[in-house]
Amino acid sequence: MANPMRIRAAVKDGFTEVRVLMSHVMETGQRKDSSGALVPAHFITELTAKHNDRLVLSAQFGPSVSTNPYLSFKFEGGAKGDKIVVSWVDNKGESRSDEAQIA
Amino acid sequence: MDHKRRDTLKAGGGLGVFSLLVAAGLIKPELAEAAWNKSAFEAKNLESALAALGAGKPGDSADVQLNTPDIAENGSVVPVGVVSKLPNTEQIAILIEKNPNLLAAKFEIPAGTAAEVQTRVKMGQTSDIYAVVKADGKFYVTKKEVKVTLGGCGG
Repeated sequence: MANPMRIRAAVKDGFTEVRVLMSHVMETGQRKDSSGALVPAHFITELTAKHNDRLVLSAQFGPSVSTNPYLSFKFEGGAKGDKIVVSWVDNKGESRSDEAQIA
Repeated sequence: MDHKRRDTLKAGGGLGVFSLLVAAGLIKPELAEAAWNKSAFEAKNLESALAALGAGKPGDSADVQLNTPDIAENGSVVPVGVVSKLPNTEQIAILIEKNPNLLAAKFEIPAGTAAEVQTRVKMGQTSDIYAVVKADGKFYVTKKEVKVTLGGCGG
């Protein structure tokens, strides 16, 4: 499924700032293709972000989130080298999980 | 260290955490979907979306900041940031009043995570964007109009 997420995490002022760029079509189900047929909805529904196996964010998305969703958030603590794992599931049951280290 | 990573990736990397957990019977697919708030995401007007979120009639709050451009150059990618200065913020939701899919995203903020998120949303037309925040069990809202010149829902 698509390309790996780009996850950037860095510690600043006692917080770890995380930025994620996911690769997903986020089809709303409103769009028509060239033959006039509706392209079925296909979008990330749930997402979780973990820092060393501890949940730091969970989110639910709808199709109004832009294609190739961008997400930025921050949490207290974290140190260079710690693991950040971001996982998502979409409405078709597809899923993806990527990890990165805090820089 | 590199060998272990490679092996782990080989074993589980292709499948993804959720599929693995489903396969292992730890997360049933129905459970995973039931968690997605269908009634909120399929709500067709602001009142029913707020009701489905459990927000009822949220009060206005100056402590909820909505950062969006006044005019969106491209309706397909409108940056939206929400910052809540309210203590014990547990949830942040972003709603776009005139979108066919009104509720764009809903975030659960665990203790230790800052009450601020940024993402990008599609807007079909000029509309009010609402940020709804749940803090200490109560709901608050703030809104801002974003003008859109080129709609982004694919119409």
